[in-house]
Amino acid sequence: MYFVIAGGGEVGFHLAKALLESGHEIMLIERDRRRAQYIQEQLGSVVINAPADEGRYQLEAGCGRAEAVIAVTGDDEDNLIICQLAKFQCHAKRVIARVNNPKNEIVFKTLGIDETVSSTRLLMSVIEQELPTGGFLPLMPLTGAHLELIEAEIAAGTPSAGKSIGTLGLPAGALIGGIVRHGVILHADADVALEVGDRVIVFSPTAAEAEVRKALFG
Amino acid sequence: MNVVIIGCGRVGAFLAGLLVDDGHPVTIVDLERTAFARLDRPFKGTTLLGNGTDLDVLRQAGIEKANAFLALTQGDNRNLMAAQVAKEVFRVPQVIAKVNDPIRAQTYRSHGIYTWSRTTILGTLLHAVLTGNEDLGPRLIAEAMRHENDLAGRMGS
Repeated sequence: MYFVIAGGGEVGFHLAKALLESGHEIMLIERDRRRAQYIQEQLGSVVINAPADEGRYQLEAGCGRAEAVIAVTGDDEDNLIICQLAKFQCHAKRVIARVNNPKNEIVFKTLGIDETVSSTRLLMSVIEQELPTGGFLPLMPLTGAHLELIEAEIAAGTPSAGKSIGTLGLPAGALIGGIVRHGVILHADADVALEVGDRVIVFSPTAAEAEVRKALFG
Repeated sequence: MNVVIIGCGRVGAFLAGLLVDDGHPVTIVDLERTAFARLDRPFKGTTLLGNGTDLDVLRQAGIEKANAFLALTQGDNRNLMAAQVAKEVFRVPQVIAKVNDPIRAQTYRSHGIYTWSRTTILGTLLHAVLTGNEDLGPRLIAEAMRHENDLAGRMGS
């Protein structure tokens, strides 16, 4: 597959290298002449030394025929404009933006960029999985949707222990995908009652995470 | 009219001065504290140190009650992002972004963001003066010079 990467910093360079190593074709657009030259020495003729936020260089790089245009500069405003221009001017099939300020994930979605990657949020989710959080672990966001996967462990004293699935009062759009009991997966039918020690796998809208927590843990 | 301006460069500081003289509440935001030295002293508006594309900074600047938002930083992309946030997230009625690259200015204008390019506005004005186009330039130039005289007069006093 063919990908265009905007920005040849550490993230862009290693992403380009990894994509090339797994057999894909890429073109990387880097503004700084010396950095572009360095990447060319390392990776070959896969670099355009130009600003990635100008339409003509995006066209030259083939943003219109790329599987995805991926903007990974260190500046959120540049990543936003690069992705928007790729959509407006090159009709790029798919755009992915790196966001540095996690608040900008929502902003980018509002402004038409659905796929974002926030290193801050990725790190947070790793840390959250390691911390004792009362058995409530947001496992991962589901790409391309405002959904996430949550694991909840029902401990002794948890208000939902003993309740059946149908009476938990989960928020709209949230669904229990399965229950792990003694290492075996059970169907989460409405009449199944939760037991202490169960691990519950929940699909939830990202915005409803707090309500899911409340339904299970009070 | 409540006005929020991001970017306290020459244009931002000049416009903020005109607006506060007219009696409008103005908040001007910049990343650098030294930028506020360009404002009239004492400045009758509000200054706020911060990134003008950050939602919390914009809220603190009073964008939720703003009637007009002007993105006048040095960065075209920063201005375009801030202007879109003002329009799409905070629904500010009047939003203008300074975008020096004329191609980008046109692209975003066709997508509903009102953009002004210093390059084409100044260039078009100069062209009109040089080719004797009497309709376009003289009133704007006379008004600009009147403001300059005011500024110079204040410096002298």
